[in-house]
Amino acid sequence: MEIAEKKGQKLVVSVSPHVKSEESVDRIMWAVTISLVPAFVMGVYFFGPKAVYVTALCIIGSLLSEAFVEKLSGKEYTLKDGSAFLTGALLGLNMPVTVPFYIPLISSFVAVAITKQLFGGLGYNIFNPALMGRAFALITWPRAMTTWALPTAGFIAIDAKTTATPLGILKEEGVSKLIELFGDKGNLYTQLLVGHRAGSLGETSVIAILIGAAFLFYRRYLSWQIPLAFIATVGVGAWIFGGKAGLFTGDPLIHMLSGGLMLGAFYMATDYVTCPTVKRGQLVFGIGCGFITILIRLKAGYPEGVMFAILIMNCFTPLIDRSFVTKIFGAKKVAP
Amino acid sequence: MSTATFPMGGIHPPDEKELDSHCPIETMKAPARVMIPLAQHIGAPCVSMVEVGKRVLIGEQIGNPQGFVSAPVHASVSGKVVSIENCPNAQGKMVPAIVIENDKMEEWAPLEDDPDFMQRPADVLLKRIKAAGLVGMGGATFPTHVKLSPPKEKRIDAVIINGAECEPYLTADHRVMLESPREIVYGLKILIKVLNVGKGHIGIENNKPDAIQKMSEAAKEFPDVEVWTLQTKYPQGAEKMLIKTVLGREVPSGGLPMDVGAVVQNVGTAYAVYEACRYGKPLVERVVSVTGRGITTPKNLRARIGTPVSQLIEECGGMKAGASKVISGGPMMGFSISSLDVPVMKGTSGLVVMLESEVRNGRSGKFGNCIRCGRCVEACPMGLMPLMFSVLSEKGMYADTNDYHLLDCFECGSCTYVCPAKRPIVQQIRLAKMLGKR
Ligand code: SF4
Ligand code: SF4
Repeated sequence: MEIAEKKGQKLVVSVSPHVKSEESVDRIMWAVTISLVPAFVMGVYFFGPKAVYVTALCIIGSLLSEAFVEKLSGKEYTLKDGSAFLTGALLGLNMPVTVPFYIPLISSFVAVAITKQLFGGLGYNIFNPALMGRAFALITWPRAMTTWALPTAGFIAIDAKTTATPLGILKEEGVSKLIELFGDKGNLYTQLLVGHRAGSLGETSVIAILIGAAFLFYRRYLSWQIPLAFIATVGVGAWIFGGKAGLFTGDPLIHMLSGGLMLGAFYMATDYVTCPTVKRGQLVFGIGCGFITILIRLKAGYPEGVMFAILIMNCFTPLIDRSFVTKIFGAKKVAP
Repeated sequence: MSTATFPMGGIHPPDEKELDSHCPIETMKAPARVMIPLAQHIGAPCVSMVEVGKRVLIGEQIGNPQGFVSAPVHASVSGKVVSIENCPNAQGKMVPAIVIENDKMEEWAPLEDDPDFMQRPADVLLKRIKAAGLVGMGGATFPTHVKLSPPKEKRIDAVIINGAECEPYLTADHRVMLESPREIVYGLKILIKVLNVGKGHIGIENNKPDAIQKMSEAAKEFPDVEVWTLQTKYPQGAEKMLIKTVLGREVPSGGLPMDVGAVVQNVGTAYAVYEACRYGKPLVERVVSVTGRGITTPKNLRARIGTPVSQLIEECGGMKAGASKVISGGPMMGFSISSLDVPVMKGTSGLVVMLESEVRNGRSGKFGNCIRCGRCVEACPMGLMPLMFSVLSEKGMYADTNDYHLLDCFECGSCTYVCPAKRPIVQQIRLAKMLGKR
C-alpha cells in the first residue's frame, strides 16, 4: 500500500492506553448467570417444574421493568448487559416455589425499577436489587413467602401440614427435633449439602452453589474475602452462642449449611455494586453480614437473617469504603 | 532463578513482542530531509543556533539549551538548514523545528575519540553526557545530566538501568541489550562513576531470557554490577516500581527517585552514555521498534533523529490495508499520532501500527456505568482508587479527586486496561488534573 494514499487517510487519535482487556460487564453478568445453573437445576429437581415457572416470572418481570423504566426516561436499553436478567434469576432462586404468580412479578419490579433504576441504574444502587425485591415480598406477603413446599424425591417426611425449613425447626423446636427428623446428624448434614430440604428454590443445595462459585473463582469474578468472612462468622457465632447448654456448645455446621447463607454469601453479598471495593473493607463487610445474620437467627423473630444482614450492611458500604482506603504507594514517611 | 517484582497492582496484557523481537537492528538510510524539534525533552526548549542557509555537519550542535533542565540538540545529517518552522510532535502540538536538507555527504563534526574514557574524572564524563544532549530515551525524556547532578543534600547510592521494557510490542531495548551488552555495561560503569555510587543494577523482565543471559555475561567481570530478573508485569519498568523491586524502597508520594537515593536510566540511554563518553558522539540517532499488526514487515530501525515517521513506515513495507492508528511509544502510555509527518525524536521508542479491528473498541467512545467491581483498584500499582477519579471526573467534581491522591497517578493505564465497563479512566484523570487544581 502506498504511503501517499495513507497520508490522505485520517488516523485515529485517542488517549492512552490503546489496548484494553477483553473483559466486559456483559461477560461478567452472563458468566455469573450461567454459574447459577447448577443451583437452579437442583431447585427444579427438588421442587418440580414450578421452580422453572417462578424463576421465569422473575426474569421476565425484571426485563420488563428495566425496559419500562428506560423507555420512560428515554435512556438507552441495557437489557443485553445481563444485569436485569441476573437480578431476575437471583430473585427467582430466592423465592419459595409455592408463591402465586403476582409475587415474582411485583417483586422484580421493586428490585429492578425501584431499587436499581430509580437510584440511577446499574452501579448507583445502594441495595442489592434482588434482595430488596425479596424483602419487599416478605413484608408484603409474609404468609406466602414463608410457606415452604416439601421437596420431592423421597424426602423424609417433615410434618406435612407445617412444613418448615431446617432453620425454622431449629428455632421453634430445637436441634434435637431437627436431628430426629433427619434420622441422624450425618444424614442431616448430607441432606443439607445436597439440598434436600425445604427452603427457597435455589438456596437449598450447598453443593450446587459451591460448584457455581468455584467457576466464578476460577474466572476471577469472585474474591474470597466476603464469602469466607461471612460464612466463618456465622459458623463461629453459632458455635459460641447457638447451643442450649451454654457458650461454645452450638452446632456451627447446621447454621453454615442451611438457610440462604451459601447463596447469600457467594452471590448476594458479593454484588460488586453494593459491597465495598477494597479488600480489607470487604472482610469487614463479610464479618458484619455474618454477625447480623447470627444475631437475627438466634435472637430475633425470624428464623433466617441473611437477607436483612446483607441489606443492612449495604447501608454501611459507603462508610466502609471511606474508612478502609487502599494503602498508597509512597505514602509512608521516609527517614530523612 | 527467582523473579522480583513490585508489590501492588500491575497487569498482564499480551506482550506481542514476538512480532519483532527477532528482528536485528537495521540502520536506516538517512532521509533527504530531517525536522529536528528544539524541544525533545522535559524542560525549557532550545533556542536555535543556526540561520537558514547555513551548512551543518552531523553531530553539530544546532540548538542551545535554556536553563539547567534542558538538553542541546544536534544536526543528524549534514546539509543546509532550509527553514525553521513548526512541525507536529507526537503529542499533537506544533513545535518549532530546524529543517535540514541532507546533502548526502555524511560529513561528521569532529568527534573526540577517547579509548581511555574510564580513566576520566567524573566531571569530565558528566560534561560529555550533557554536551551530547542525552535524555531519558524510554519516553520520559528527562535530561540525563540533570538526574546525574543531584543536589548535595541528596545522597545517591544506587543506579538502575531499566531494561524491563514492560510496554507491549516494543523491542528496541531488547535488541540493544542483545546486540550491545558490553556498551550498556560500560554506560552503567560511567553512571556509577559520575554518581559515585557503589552499585549498579540492570533490571530485565523474564520474557527476555536471552537478554538476561547476554547482559549477565557482559556484567560478569564487574562485581559492582548486578543483573536482575524481573517478573513480566506491566508497569514493571515505571521508575517507582523498578526502584521498589530492586532496592525495596518506596519513592515518597510527590517525591523523586533521588529522594530514596536512586537514579534510573533506560537501556538506550546507557548505550548513548557510552557512545558520548567513548566517542564524544551526540544523540543523533536512536533505535525505534516499528511494529504492530498494521505494519507489513515489523523491524527495529536505527533512525536519525528528525526522520519523518512516514519514512520509517515506508522502510517497513508500509501499512497494511485496515491500519488505522499509529502510536508513538507503547500502547499503554504512548501517543496516537494524527499525522505521519511527526519526526522521530529522542524519546521515540517505537511506532505501533494498529488495525482498525483492534482499535474499534476505543473508538465508539461509549462506556458504561462503573459497576464498582474493584478491578481498577486491584490493578493500580500506586494503590489508588481509580474508580473514584473516574466517577468524580464524570460528574465534573474535579477538585474532589484530590482527596483520593490524584497527583500520585502517573497515568500508566492499568486501571483503564482492566475496566470491564470500558471507562476512559486515564482520560478522566487527565481532565481532573487539568481542571481540578486546588
Ligand atoms: S493510570 Fe493512575 S490510577 Fe490508573 S492504574 Fe495507573 S497509576 Fe493507578
Ligand atoms: S474497573 Fe471500571 S467498573 Fe470496575 S470499579 Fe473500576 S472503574 Fe468501576
